Amino acid sequence: MNFDIEKIRSLFPLLHQEVHGKPLIYFDNAATTQKPQSVLDALTGYYNHDNSNIHRGAHALADRATRYFEETRETIKDFIHAREAAEIIFTKGTTESINLVASTFGRKFIGSGDEIIISTMEHHSNIVPWQMLCEEKGAILKIIPISESGEILFEEFEKLLSPKTKLVSIVHASNALGTINPVRKIIQAAHSLGAKVLLDGAQSTSHLEVDVQELDCDFLAFSAHKLYGPTGLGVLYGKREILEAMPPFHGGGEMIKEVTFEKTTYNEIPFKFEAGTPNIADVIAFKSSLDFINGLGKKAIKAHEDELLAYANEKMGEIKGFIPVGTAPEKVSVLSFNINGMHPYDVGMMLDANGIAVRTGHHCTQPLMKRLGLEGTVRASFAVYNSKLEIDSMADNVAKIARIKNK
Amino acid sequence: MSSIKDIQDEIVSEFEILGDDKESTIYFIMELGAGLEALPEVARVEDNIIKGCQSKVWLIAEEQDGKVHYMADSNTDITKGLISLLLRVLNNRAPEEILNAKLDFVERIGMGSIIGSQRSNGFASMIKQIKLFAFAIQSNQNV
Ligand SMILES: Cc1ncc(COP(=O)(O)O)c(C=O)c1O
Repeated sequence: MNFDIEKIRSLFPLLHQEVHGKPLIYFDNAATTQKPQSVLDALTGYYNHDNSNIHRGAHALADRATRYFEETRETIKDFIHAREAAEIIFTKGTTESINLVASTFGRKFIGSGDEIIISTMEHHSNIVPWQMLCEEKGAILKIIPISESGEILFEEFEKLLSPKTKLVSIVHASNALGTINPVRKIIQAAHSLGAKVLLDGAQSTSHLEVDVQELDCDFLAFSAHKLYGPTGLGVLYGKREILEAMPPFHGGGEMIKEVTFEKTTYNEIPFKFEAGTPNIADVIAFKSSLDFINGLGKKAIKAHEDELLAYANEKMGEIKGFIPVGTAPEKVSVLSFNINGMHPYDVGMMLDANGIAVRTGHHCTQPLMKRLGLEGTVRASFAVYNSKLEIDSMADNVAKIARIKNK
Repeated sequence: MSSIKDIQDEIVSEFEILGDDKESTIYFIMELGAGLEALPEVARVEDNIIKGCQSKVWLIAEEQDGKVHYMADSNTDITKGLISLLLRVLNNRAPEEILNAKLDFVERIGMGSIIGSQRSNGFASMIKQIKLFAFAIQSNQNV
């Protein structure tokens, strides 16, 4: 493995601290990742040197900030292999990206009796916007069932598809289970009936090479904070012809071409969807996150994380009372589990007491938990800076905890 | 029966022995829960769940010889431990005594930093519900 963990860790100041007197082990990366020094430097650098409003001022600072801002857009375009930077829209995050599509694409193209398909394993942010839209429009939400192992039942999906299907909105990689969904097949099937496809890439973009042209998805939504970038910033990718056909989202500055009291004409994409002064500092700093990821390379990242996941499965599998949740063969580095006879909150609390940060609960996927008959799980999710030593420590602690109820 | 003040002092000294060791403290709280009087299965219903707790906590109360008798349970061991601490201080006392109780042990053992802010809110909900039951029973006694 050509992965120098110590060197990578040295780039993340936050990792070097103690929690409850123990060295921090951060395994809550599916919730949010930590930020490398280069991202922090870019943030302060922007405020120290370049702060000004973009796309409007006729002065050097505004010019510089605008250039940096648009450079990030270009970098994202390359990162997801979009045709052009105009297809990249900045939002507050995955949630806002999905809501943007529901409000604009939904407003124009989805009507009474039309159908939207999602899956059982969606995050609430890929459920609720569609429920709201369906309620408003009299459209119908259809749910793809899953297997015990946490995989979409593809034949069931094909049965749900019909000419009434206008949109399929599906998670690329599940935050609660790690399952990587067969999105290429899903997209092909949906397109064959004229439906558009939105991919929730909140979890996939940090682990997998995502090529929107190759996949041929119509939309991709993701969040910077899960990609070693700043919080409160996200991306919506959309194909040009669809974005152009969609009405604007918010009204205000930046998104207009000309405003008169009689009639307003709208700006070109992407600006049509970016009303108001955007999150300039975070957009500019996000480029450093992508540079960091590109520097390591997605292939190497995936290989490292696969190795961690396999190691964790092996180590934890030896523990009496360990119950893995989500056992699909294709997974990103998410290990969801329960301990026989114990509530996930108790397990999480005891891990925290040992400096190990995991997530416990329903992971914003209550319908999925209901389907699996669980109140929740403990979730350890791994990132580039995690090591096998840390997994050893978690396994030792989980073994100790599990013994309470599994003698 | 010891006074509310004495029991709280006792709890504080038990936690002092544990010191800053978070792990032992959590284990200790979980073990306390095991000593909780079993809640009858019929009482484990939605209506008896305390609102505002992340975990499920069932609490019921009845009057016994002018005192309030509480029974409780939870689906998580830590929460069970927490409610058992509260009942150790407040169970089987006159409603008035419960309503006037100053639960200073919570602050003295640094409960907030042991269980975190979300669970602290839940803990406050438990205290509130215990007092509401005491109030209801007191109101009944006065008619
Ligand atoms: C699969 C998935 N979708 C959507 C989201 C929502 O992302 P955000 O909160 O950044 O909008 C998350 C984040 O937890 C996620 O994991």
